[in-house]
Amino acid sequence: MIYHELIIIGGGPAGMAAAVTARERGISDLLIIERENMLGGILKQCIHNGFGLHYFSEELTGSEYAAKFVDKIDELKISYKLNTMVLSVDGNKMVYTSNEEDGYVIYKAKAIILAMGCRERPRGNLRIPGSNPSGVLTAGTAQRFVNIDGYLPGTSCVILGSGDIGLIMARRLTLEGVKVKAVCEIMPHPGGLVRNIEQCLNDYDIPLKLSHTVFSIHGKKRVEGVTIAMVDEHFNIIENTKEYIACDTLLLSVGLIPENELTFAMGAKIDSVTNGAFVNQNLETSVEGVFSCGNVLHVHDLVDYVTLEGIKAAEHAVEHIKNNALKTIRRVTVVAAAGIRYVMPQYIDITEEEEVVRVYFRSRKVFKEVSTFASCDDVWISKRRHLRLLPAEMEFIEVNTNDIKDDTVYIGVDA
Amino acid sequence: MVDIVIIGAGVIGSFVARSLSKYQLSICVTDRHIDAAMGASGANSGIIHAGYDAIPGTLKAKFNIEGSDMMEKTCEELNVPYKKTGSLVIAFNDEEISKIQEMYDHGTKEGIRDMSLISKEQVLTLEPNLSPEIKGALLAKTAAIVSPYKLNINALENAVRNGVEFLREHTVLGIKKEKEVFSVITDKGTLTCRMVINCAGLYADEIARMVGDDSFKIIPRSGEYILLDKSEGTLVNHVVFQAPTMEGKGVLITSTVDGNLLIGPDAKEIKDKDERDTHRSSIDYVYKKGLQTTDKLLLHKSVTIFTGVRATPDKGDFIIEESRYCKGFINVAGIESPGLSSAPAIGNHVALIVKSIIGDISEKENYSMTLEKKKYFSEMNEEEKKEAILKNPLYGKIICRCESVTEGEIIDSIHQKAGAVTIDGVKRRTRAGMGRCQGGFCLPHVMDILSRELKVDKDKIQKGDEGSYILTGRTRQ
Ligand SMILES: Cc1cc2nc3c(=O)[nH]c(=O)nc-3n(C[C@H](O)[C@H](O)[C@H](O)COP(=O)(O)OP(=O)(O)OC[C@H]3O[C@@H](n4cnc5c(N)ncnc54)[C@H](O)[C@@H]3O)c2cc1C
Ligand SMILES: Cc1cc2nc3c(=O)[nH]c(=O)nc-3n(C[C@H](O)[C@H](O)[C@H](O)COP(=O)(O)OP(=O)(O)OC[C@H]3O[C@@H](n4cnc5c(N)ncnc54)[C@H](O)[C@@H]3O)c2cc1C
Repeated sequence: MIYHELIIIGGGPAGMAAAVTARERGISDLLIIERENMLGGILKQCIHNGFGLHYFSEELTGSEYAAKFVDKIDELKISYKLNTMVLSVDGNKMVYTSNEEDGYVIYKAKAIILAMGCRERPRGNLRIPGSNPSGVLTAGTAQRFVNIDGYLPGTSCVILGSGDIGLIMARRLTLEGVKVKAVCEIMPHPGGLVRNIEQCLNDYDIPLKLSHTVFSIHGKKRVEGVTIAMVDEHFNIIENTKEYIACDTLLLSVGLIPENELTFAMGAKIDSVTNGAFVNQNLETSVEGVFSCGNVLHVHDLVDYVTLEGIKAAEHAVEHIKNNALKTIRRVTVVAAAGIRYVMPQYIDITEEEEVVRVYFRSRKVFKEVSTFASCDDVWISKRRHLRLLPAEMEFIEVNTNDIKDDTVYIGVDA
Repeated sequence: MVDIVIIGAGVIGSFVARSLSKYQLSICVTDRHIDAAMGASGANSGIIHAGYDAIPGTLKAKFNIEGSDMMEKTCEELNVPYKKTGSLVIAFNDEEISKIQEMYDHGTKEGIRDMSLISKEQVLTLEPNLSPEIKGALLAKTAAIVSPYKLNINALENAVRNGVEFLREHTVLGIKKEKEVFSVITDKGTLTCRMVINCAGLYADEIARMVGDDSFKIIPRSGEYILLDKSEGTLVNHVVFQAPTMEGKGVLITSTVDGNLLIGPDAKEIKDKDERDTHRSSIDYVYKKGLQTTDKLLLHKSVTIFTGVRATPDKGDFIIEESRYCKGFINVAGIESPGLSSAPAIGNHVALIVKSIIGDISEKENYSMTLEKKKYFSEMNEEEKKEAILKNPLYGKIICRCESVTEGEIIDSIHQKAGAVTIDGVKRRTRAGMGRCQGGFCLPHVMDILSRELKVDKDKIQKGDEGSYILTGRTRQ
């Protein structure tokens, strides 16, 4: 068994930001464990622009953004293990790993930061009926084939879901000469960022079909086409709207699921809406000394926010390691109320010190010109104006701990 | 010229080949697909039935009971996951109570051990998640679950190690017989032999017709399933059947040997024997029927949906005999459920038929009925993991994160005798890509390994049969 003060699982932007911060705050004995052969996480395959506008105030590609952190990690001589899979973690902060070089190794840490990112929702989870040919794959897998391996996944395609990866792949494949015939989105509003709809679809005349889904897949060996159809407000197929589109590929961009197998196995409480851990404002999970950040905690729109979350998780992990963490006097639950899909953190721990806590949230649907509120015992303790709220864009509201008199805080939209 | 050509590398053809592989016979197994277990044997409920549903006196009853008795040992020999879970047939009303009574009577008549009719309270103690509407059930403790494709693939692997030849992608198009010699014409050339064994599943009637045997017809009947995540795998402890009624057989709920939860199948006659489509209406039906058994089925936990097609004989029972229209041609046809359960027994029986035709054949000097013991990496304990990696460092490199499948295991699956040549082939042998992300993560890695080990370019790698390519060429840069 090998001991480290801090172990970070996952070397994507969240894990790398956490590592750099922890080192800068004086933790010398730390290790990043990454299962791929390079640091960078999902950013390795994001060769498009649009990263870093907030954090670095300049527009970078995903790989450039990641490279800045990799350089920093090398400069600070932070150690990391590549090609190493964390198989499980337990409540005593033992980390079980395996790789080709060292074999099966068990580590123990004083604090752990979980930064495992997320995976894409596959076809089977949506239960799209029809045949089962090759040519149905998630947009992220396709992105990897194209951007890392240099291969094309097809010659003509339909994309289901208007998540950002799907939108970016629509443009990327179009530039590679693949005919993108349509993007279907079951919701009446797009799933990805507004700028991606503009730059990836509209600029290339790719039709975005809202309230549409794939009804069935055709082709015995390879996809030969898909039948798409419109849905009503309860997502039921409207029979006379079925339309056949010939294509050899169906890309799925229908949602990301935080990879919390380790978190769950460790015994931490998981939020069934975010699929991430329940955390307090310090990003500490229900297992003391274990923190969570980045896409494994909840799915982010922008890597810049992932970085900030990684930094925050590290700051509190360092406090924990140095035994400086403030004692919790009482724990308050934060609940998503009217118009809100989820909140993060789900707990606020009240200590002796007054604190302004940022509660992040996503709305259930599109709102224009509204206020959100935080309330306690039917009294508003905070309020924020929004020009618009989009389910695809994360927002926040701030709450002062001194105003929290009850043990539940509700976050809602004042419609 | 070989002694015997077996048509079909499903679980039946593979067990026939295995049973014959210990004798001094030259044998080849042909299949139209690129791998074994791509017919009914790859997509079914995976249940080893206790044997009470078949009508006493039928071949179905005989081979089911014999096969089920042999199965635990066979799985041990072939290193196939097997779990004796027992089964329940639940009844909701008086009609169904009398149905399970009838099944119980059938079973006792056939001498099936460890069966009992139990009360509602007993059912709910065994299975707390089942519907409180249940009135009683038939409990059969000998029922079990297996990995059906592993059973198929490992039986074939065993046969091939004993000298049987496996010819992939050889579709039988016609059969001629001159004097005592058969010419089996395939799309890849003609094979000559002394005997033909027809284990062609859905196509067994068409194969029989090639030698002038028009005595039976195979009707394709599809069954659709929903597979739920491993998080749901402990919802039931037994295989839970609904009692068959006038409306049909009902759907079953069971955990799988790998820990997922399986719900299905429905039953629908179809026209095209090659169709494997799933349908919204069938999946909805399966789910609704499943909810009658337990209301705790979470559809959003589904990992995949799939279809299997039964080869239902028009006469009702299995057909296992030398054809009356052609000497030296043995039909093993109409093997619908409980075909999987019966496979080892059918294999041995067909070997007896062969012996009765050819006369005495001696055993080979070197043959084995077992494959080496091998655990999945994910099921090893700490010490075993350490040891495995020490022996071969590639056992330390995890390729499929959901099922913890290592590069070492994938390479083994490719280089075994009847090894994997496709993505689906690796998947059925190792479980890589069968987990909750369904290959989203490991697909590119498995393709790299296949391409390296088989020495073919990556864009030639297929999911399954020819035409199921995954990549269509290089990017521009
Ligand atoms: C296709 C795509 C396009 C995007 N476009 C933009 C954009 O234009 N602008 C923008 O700002 N943001 C964009 N994003 C978002 C941003 O890239 C992600 O939010 C960010 O990468 C998430 O960082 P992370 O560190 O949480 O996760 P990841 O980047 O996924 O990193 C997690 C790491 O953990 C490792 N890991 C997981 N489990 C284990 C284990 N058990 N053992 C060892 N290692 C493990 C993984 O291999 C991975 O390297 C995009 C994302 C995607 C997928
Ligand atoms: C939905 C469903 C559920 C079932 N559940 C159970 C269960 O729980 N328990 C149980 O005991 N049984 C069950 N069964 C039955 C069991 O799956 C079958 O009895 C068994 O798999 C039949 O094996 P087989 O080898 O005869 O057929 P197959 O596996 O279909 O193999 C036939 C092979 O012949 C090949 N072939 C066909 N034509 C040609 C040709 N012209 N040239 C070359 N090759 C050819 C095919 O490619 C195929 O590989 C179920 C079946 C279905 C469909």
